[in-house]
Formats: sequence, C-alpha cells, structure tokens
Amino acid sequence: MPETAVAETDAGLSPKELARRHGLSASGRLPSLPDYTRQLWEYRHFIRAHSSAKMTSALGNTKLGAVWQVLTPIINAAVYYVIFGLVLGGHEEMPNFIAYLCIGVFVFQFTQSVVQTGTNAITGNLGLIRALHFPRASLPLSASLVEIRNFVVAVFVLMGIVLITGEPITVEWLIVVPALILQSFFNVGLGLFMARYGSKVRDVKQLIPFIMRFWLYGSAVLYPVTKFQDLLSGWQLQVVEANPLLVYIELMRHALLKEATLANSPAVLWIEAVVWTVVVGIGGFVYFWRGEKGYGRG
Amino acid sequence: MADNERVPTVIADEAHIIYKVHQAGASSSSPLASFKRLATRSKNSNIREVHAVKGVSFVAYKGEAIGLIGTNGSGKSTLLRAVAGLLPVSRGAIYASGQPSLLGVNAALMNELPGDRNVELGCLAMGMSPAEVRAKKDEIIEFSGINDKGDFSTLPMRTYSSGMSARLRFSIAAAKQHDVLLIDEALATGDAKFRRRSEARVRELRAQAGTVFLVSHSEQSIRDTCERCIWLEAGTIRADGPTDEVMKEYEAFARR
Repeated sequence: MPETAVAETDAGLSPKELARRHGLSASGRLPSLPDYTRQLWEYRHFIRAHSSAKMTSALGNTKLGAVWQVLTPIINAAVYYVIFGLVLGGHEEMPNFIAYLCIGVFVFQFTQSVVQTGTNAITGNLGLIRALHFPRASLPLSASLVEIRNFVVAVFVLMGIVLITGEPITVEWLIVVPALILQSFFNVGLGLFMARYGSKVRDVKQLIPFIMRFWLYGSAVLYPVTKFQDLLSGWQLQVVEANPLLVYIELMRHALLKEATLANSPAVLWIEAVVWTVVVGIGGFVYFWRGEKGYGRG
Repeated sequence: MADNERVPTVIADEAHIIYKVHQAGASSSSPLASFKRLATRSKNSNIREVHAVKGVSFVAYKGEAIGLIGTNGSGKSTLLRAVAGLLPVSRGAIYASGQPSLLGVNAALMNELPGDRNVELGCLAMGMSPAEVRAKKDEIIEFSGINDKGDFSTLPMRTYSSGMSARLRFSIAAAKQHDVLLIDEALATGDAKFRRRSEARVRELRAQAGTVFLVSHSEQSIRDTCERCIWLEAGTIRADGPTDEVMKEYEAFARR
C-alpha cells in the first residue's frame, strides 16, 4: 500500500519535510493576487451582508432609522443654503452658486467618509479578524460599500437641489453615472490603502481631520475653481488642478450644471479621472493585499 | 496498521508568537513625558510586545481530539489562533491541511442586530453561499436553543444573556464542516443540556472529518472528548501525551 510506504518513511523527517510530504501549507501564507481576488469574489455575499448589517446597526437605535440616509444630505445642503444663499447672498460672478457648492460638498464628503471609515475598517474589527477567517479586504470594501450606497442617495438629493435652483434636465446628466463609478473605484482603493496604513500607524487617525481639511480647501469646494487660475500659473496650476477630488467634483458639475466654468476641458478631466481611478484603485488593492496576513497582530 | 496510516493535519515547528499590544495610559501619559520618550528614542511604552508562545512543536493527526490545558495566560488561545492562521507566527512555522477554523466564544458578532441576522452574517463570513445559509439558518437557531424561551432570535444580540450568545456563536461555527476544528472554551458555556448537545456535535464533527483541538478549563469536557492532551505552561509545552497521564501531572502541578 502506498500510504503505508509513505507513513513508514515519516519517522525521522523534519517537521518541514513531513508537512511537504502530506501537502500541508504554512498557515498565514500570503495567497497570490489572482487567488486573493477570487477569494474576495467568493465572499461578495458576506461583503454585501456586512455592509447592510452595519448600516442597520448604525441607524438601528434612531427613531427615524433609514430615513436618515436621505435626511443627512438634505440637512447638509440646508446648512450651506442658509449660510451661502441667505446670509452671504450668493457669489457675484457665479450663477447658481448654491448648486455649485452643494455638488462640491457632496462629492467631497463621499471620499472623506470613505477615508474615515476605511482607516477604522481593520482597527475597529480586530475581534472579528482574530476570530474568523475571510479575506480581510472584505472589511474596507464593506465600509466603502456603505458610503457608496449613501452617496447614491445623496446624488438623488443633489439632483433635486439642482432642479430647485433652476437648472434644466439635460442629456449631460447621464455623465453622473460614469463619474460616480470612477470615483467609487478611486474611493475603494483609497479606503483599502487607509485601512492598512491606519492599522500600522495608529497615529494617522489623529491627523486625518487636518489632512482632509487641507484637501477640502485645495479642491475648490467652497469657492469657484477659477480662483486658482487667477492666482497660479504654469506647472503650479497643473499640479493643483490634477487633484483627483477636484477632477471628480468638476466632472459632476459638468454633468449637472449648464453654465459651470470648468478647470479644464471635459476631455482632460476624463483622462485625469480615469488615470486616478486606475492608479489609486489598483494600487490601494495591491498595497492592502501585501499586508493580508499581518492584520490579526494588531 | 492503523498506526501506520496516520496522516498529519497540523504540524507546529518551533513556533514563536509575539503580538503587540497597544495600550493607553500604561506609563506616564503627559505630553512632556511622551515628547521626552520620542526625543531620547526610548522604546514606546504604549506598545508592548507579548511573547505568548515560545517554541512549541507538535504533530497532530487525522481523527485525533487534542485537549490544550494550562493555567490562565499560558498561551493556549494564542496558539489556537496561530494554528487558525489568524495570528502570524514570528519565528518557526505552523503547517495545516486545509483551512483550520477557530470556534471561540469571543467571536465578535454585531450586538445591535438580531440573532437570526447574526447567524446569516456569521455563516457568510465562514464562506457559505447564500443558499447554504438559507438552508442551515433554522437548523442553527434550533440547535442553539435560543428560541426555547420565546422568540429570541429576532431580538438584538445585546439583549441576550452571555450563555445564550455563547451558545449561538457555537452553533454558528459548528454548522460548518471543518478539516481542523479549534474550539476555545466554547463547551464550558451554556447549561448542562446544551453542553451535552454540543459535546455530541463535537464528536460528530470529529468523526466526519479531521482533527479537533479543545481549549477548556473544564477537566470533565477534556476527559470526555479528548484522548490526547497538550499541557502548555508560560508558552512552552510541559507535557504531551494521553489525557490521563497529562491530566495527572497537571493536577499535581495545579494543587501546588
């Protein structure tokens, strides 16, 4: 019997050779990138269930429950309407400044919340990570999925605001879909990156509010994007205008506003958006995968 | 004959496990003290390394049930986590066939969600397909017995007693077929009736597949389920052999 023959020679083997002979694999070995992607795909149901579970458990103890998903962006827009529309009375050289502002705020907040929840995706779920076996990228992915769902709701609110402020419905509204998809992939990559980085360097969590504030001011959310052209020129302007969030915000404005002055021609914006999405999306995923086996250490 | 055909399922080769603990407020936490620590480049006292398992070697075979015993903090749970691949090994290696699954009482579920949603989530996290989950869900809730005293499965987990939630966790993990099953104290929870049921389930799992590791402080459940015992003390193996012998040594040690 072959099995007996194998077993008889087992004696005197080093543990490593014994393991190889019987086809045991070292626990905690990193799977290859295609394998990992496949595993993750098999866990898609878990990712979806985890994200909706998080959503319900976050809103579960409020009276209004899921209504908050719609209410939060509306209140958010209302605050800006009161400050910029009523108190400050609009922006002279900008037609429909409130719609312009709301688009910037909503798009920016999409990325901001992914960064915040992504940073906590590993450190906040150590119990789950140390107890069960699943591809760890499921956690930042489910966190991003929550934000993507929130943003889809917010976009509908946004469309309502844009209509109320007097913009017509045009064919260009369809651009919202590819812009949303590109930004979502960018955000997923960024969330994955932050999840690993935040689990290694806990201090980064303290810095994120400041980094995000800086990014906000650099993304032409609260003022017209043409300000940059008045102040900067040459390569400096190029660098500022290549800011991915500025690009995604501009695309959304291009889609929803009839008379928005854009930072660049739509063609340039699309190219920049695609490049950012590919680089950050894939880069973030690879970076996270490299750390897969170390997340349980804390 | 049977002895010759022993197939190893888990091999530990001089495994060391060191994990980092981030702790707040262990040392002086004034800004000045922290700054001094950075300036003098002394080691950050907020991050401590715990050398929990120090060079452990053993071979576990198919069809064995192995009890892990030892006083509190001797590294039993840490070792199980490393076998499951949940904690990385710092030095040495642990080899395992397939994917060992850890079944612990501290598996985090979502406390805000009702029990049945947690069953779904836990099953999906173990890699089941939605169809399997639907098929097994009622069986799991039935086995856990949380519905024995009214409809508890639709209430949030935070309303459960600790025994009830431990039972639910055990039932979720035991619903899946495992090559190597690692059980951490799970049998010690729950009432006598549930304990009998879960011990029967462990025997069933063991018969169906591979190897079972059991960490428990209950001498009785170790004696009932395991024929082999590994005694871990302060991260090293003190004894490894038939349960009766190891238990005798351990009891002599524990009485001192």
